[in-house]
Amino acid sequence: MPPSPQRAAIIRSAIGIGIYAAAFGATFGALAVAAGLGRGQAQALSLALFSGASQLAFAGVVGGGGSAWTALGPTLLLALRNGFYGVTLAPVLQSRGARRLVTAHLVIDETTAMATAQTARREQRMAFWWTGLVLFACWNAGTFVGALVGSAIDTDALGLDAAGPSVFLALVWPAFRRVRARWVALAGAAIAVALVPLVPSGVPVIAAAAAAVVGGLLPQRGSPSPPPEGEVA
Amino acid sequence: MTLWVPVLVACAGSYLIKLAGLSLPSSVLADPRVQRVTSLLPVAMLSALVCVQLVDGGGGRYALDWRVLTGVAAGVVALLLRRGFLVVFVVAVVVTALLRLLVPAVG
Repeated sequence: MPPSPQRAAIIRSAIGIGIYAAAFGATFGALAVAAGLGRGQAQALSLALFSGASQLAFAGVVGGGGSAWTALGPTLLLALRNGFYGVTLAPVLQSRGARRLVTAHLVIDETTAMATAQTARREQRMAFWWTGLVLFACWNAGTFVGALVGSAIDTDALGLDAAGPSVFLALVWPAFRRVRARWVALAGAAIAVALVPLVPSGVPVIAAAAAAVVGGLLPQRGSPSPPPEGEVA
Repeated sequence: MTLWVPVLVACAGSYLIKLAGLSLPSSVLADPRVQRVTSLLPVAMLSALVCVQLVDGGGGRYALDWRVLTGVAAGVVALLLRRGFLVVFVVAVVVTALLRLLVPAVG
């Protein structure tokens, strides 16, 4: 495969996501151990559950004194969006048989965002696999270190709580070129934010899928509707 | 520790959810309406995720941290200047960390 600026950009972004994932993995490892999970259990979650928000929710409920069984609710609700991502990624990845079993494990926020930010199939697949494998390695290495070091690291002081939103915003940004995508993004965000006080965590982001359903099923007009904000130069 | 059982159940559940999404029959995915919806799903859900991360204080309460908001806003400026993903990430994190360092008592 010939190198191209786009491929180099994908690899650079994947490594960037890896750095962020290592820091977040360390946060999770430290929180999990502080919550009373064993180091092996923290690592098992990073290896086998492999979905950041779900893992933090699990550790959060256990650490808050809740039974680990009650942690399953929020954990799996937060994991539910990966199922939606799978539907989006299925035609892109076209994985069959045993390969699908491996592919499925890597279907998460970051891999979906990176894959859908590309236009050509080949780049989409490359972005999925590079992001998925780099992130998996870094997330688990981070978890290992975090669980070892414990709560000695203060990730908030490092500004890492701004990492998640800025990373996902940067990943979804190219999609905003489509006028309809902007409206869908605004509607999805509004639905989710409105639901935060009303429903268990995980549900607001799932409910935002309704914006995509409406946006996708509304008839396409002949002339594009005016953008909600000034066109980005 | 019996914690292992719920840990493993959570892992299995998460994996099966991921696998289920990928395993939808291709006849369903071939429908152009389904394609239009699925192409918009990540946009809707990731935008929602960004906003929820910024406003969710946990336990069903809103909580805003102006330092994080400023950091992410700085990241948006980097995006408007057509900077790459890494620059955006670094700008947002560094601005937030600096604000925490310099203005520890406020907010």
